[in-house]
Amino acid sequence: MAGISQKPGGGGEMTETPSKSAMLSASGFSRKRRFADLATGIVTGSAFLLTLGVLAWIVWDLVRMGLPQISGEFLTGDVKEAGRSGGIGPVLASTFLVLLCCMAAAVPLGLGCAIWLSEFVRKDSRWGRLVRAGVDLLAAVPSIVFGLFGMAFFCQVLGMGFSILAGGLTLACMILPILVRTALSALNALPDHLRLSSAALGMTRTAMLKKVLIPAALPGILVGVTLGVARALAETAALVFTSGYSTRWPSGLGDSGRALSVHIYDLAMNIPNGSARASASALVLLLLILAISYLASILTDRWLQKQTGTK
Amino acid sequence: MCRSRIDRIAEVFLGAAAILAGGIVLLIVGFLFYGASPVLQSGEFPLLFTDREWQPTSDREPQFGIVPMLVGSVLVTVLAGSIAVPLGVAGAVFHQFYLPSLFKKWNRRALELLAGVPSVVFGFWGLMVLVPAINRMHPPGQSLLAAGLVLGLMILPMVALTSQVALDSVPREHLQAAAGLGIGRASTILRIALPCARPGIGAGAVLAIARAVGETMAVVMVCGNIANLPGSIFDPIRPITSTIVLEMGYATESHKALLYTAGLILVLVIAALAGWLAFHRNPEAVAK
Repeated sequence: MAGISQKPGGGGEMTETPSKSAMLSASGFSRKRRFADLATGIVTGSAFLLTLGVLAWIVWDLVRMGLPQISGEFLTGDVKEAGRSGGIGPVLASTFLVLLCCMAAAVPLGLGCAIWLSEFVRKDSRWGRLVRAGVDLLAAVPSIVFGLFGMAFFCQVLGMGFSILAGGLTLACMILPILVRTALSALNALPDHLRLSSAALGMTRTAMLKKVLIPAALPGILVGVTLGVARALAETAALVFTSGYSTRWPSGLGDSGRALSVHIYDLAMNIPNGSARASASALVLLLLILAISYLASILTDRWLQKQTGTK
Repeated sequence: MCRSRIDRIAEVFLGAAAILAGGIVLLIVGFLFYGASPVLQSGEFPLLFTDREWQPTSDREPQFGIVPMLVGSVLVTVLAGSIAVPLGVAGAVFHQFYLPSLFKKWNRRALELLAGVPSVVFGFWGLMVLVPAINRMHPPGQSLLAAGLVLGLMILPMVALTSQVALDSVPREHLQAAAGLGIGRASTILRIALPCARPGIGAGAVLAIARAVGETMAVVMVCGNIANLPGSIFDPIRPITSTIVLEMGYATESHKALLYTAGLILVLVIAALAGWLAFHRNPEAVAK
C-alpha cells in the first residue's frame, strides 16, 4: 500500500490525443480486440493451469506411492536390509541432529552479521559492502560445491571425518545467506524512531539491541530461520560427502549418520527394490518441509500485518 | 563520541561474525583451488578441453575430457529454461491480469510451497514416473529430455513467483492510463506490462537458470549418466554436477583433483552468469 501511494499521480497529465490504435479499437475493431483479449486469456490461463496441474500431479503421485507405506513403525523403526524394509528412525534422528548443528552455528553467525551490517556500519562503508557482496556470492554457490568444500575443510583439514557435525556445519555455510538477508531486511524495516528514542534514553547499543531492536525484528528473523530449516532439510548434495551414509542410531555428533534426503537418494539409486521405502521417505520429507514452509508463510503474514498495523 | 565498554566488545564480536560470514565464500573458492591445484599445476588443465572422453581412472590411457559434460550441463539447462520461463511468465500474466483476487493468495502460497519441494524429491518423482513414460515412447528413458523436464518443473515455481513480483511492480498509473485509452487487455499485457516488467522477469529467470546449472540431485537420478555427447533429446547425458556426486565417493588423488577442477569450472560459470546479471542490472540502478 505504502509503496504505491508514494508514486507521483498519473492520469491528469494526459494532454496528447489518444493513439490511433485506441481510436480504431473504440470504433469498428472491438470484436477483434475482444478476440485478442480472449486469446491471451486462454493462452496464459492454460499455462497457469498446466503449471499448477503438473505440480499437483507430482505431489499426488508422491502421496499415492508413499502413503500406504507410512506407519508409526516406519517412522521409528530401525533401517533393515539397507533400507528395503524396516523404518527410518535412525535417519530421522540423524537428520534432526544435523539440523541442530546447522542452526546452532548458522543462527548466531547470521544474526551477528546482519546486526553488524544494519546497526554498526554505514550502508556505503567499504567493509559493509564487502561483507554484503561475500554473502550474496555465497548464495550463488551450488550445493554440490558446498559438499566439496565441506569434505575438504571440515572432514579433512579440521579432522571431523564423515560426521553429523561436519554435515551440519556445511549446511550452516549454505543457509547463512538466507538468514543474513531476512534478518537484515527485518532490522532495516524497523522505524528509526526506535533507535533514536532508545539513544535519547541513554541506552547502550547493546541494551538497545537486546531490549528493543531484536524483539521488534524477531518475527522477521524467525521467518528466516524457518526458511533456513526448510532449505537445510531439503539439501542432499552437500551432505552426501560430509555427514556420510551410516544407518545406525547416532550416538553423538562425531558419528556418521545419513540425512533423510540422502536416504531417499541412496534407496532410489543404489538399492535394488528400494523404491517403495524411498517413496515413503520422500513423502515424509515433503510433509516436513511443507509444514515448515507453511509455518514460515504464516509468520510472514503476521509480520506484514504487524508492520502495516503499527504504521 | 563516548561509548560504553560493552558496546565496544559487542562491536568486535559482531564484526568478527560478519567478516567470517562474508569470508566463507573466499574460503570455499580457496579450497576449490587447493583441491584442483594438482591439475592446475601439472599442465593437465588443457587436456580437460582437448581430450574427447572422460575416463580418468583408466590405467593405460586416462582421458580427462569434460567437454561432453559441459555440453550436457548447458543442454539440460537450456531445456529446463525453455520449459520453465514461458510457462512461468505466462502463468504469472494470468495470475496478475485474469485471476480473481480471491484465488491470488492461494496460488501464491501454493507456488511458494512448491518452490520448497526438495530437489531429491523431484528427482525421485522423475525416476519413478517420468523415466518409465519416456522409456515407453523411446528407450532408454533416462535422458536429456527427462532431466530437462524435471529440472524445468523444479525451477518453474521460482520463475512464476519472481515474474509475479515483477508484474506487480508495474506502475499502476500505466495500467490506468491504458484502461483510460480503451486499450484492451491483450495490448496492455503485451505492450505495457511485459515491457515494463522485463528487467525483473529477466533477473528472476537468470537466477533460476543459475540454480538449474548448479542443481545436482534432480538431474543425477534421471539423466542416465553417460558422458557422451547426446545425439538426440532421448540420449542419456551426464552434467558436471552429476559427475562430481557420482564419482567423489570412490575418487582417489588425481581423480579427486579433477573433480575439484570440475567444481571450480562450475562456480566460474555461475559467477559469470551472476556477473552478467549484475552488469545488465546496473544501468537501471544508475538511471533510478
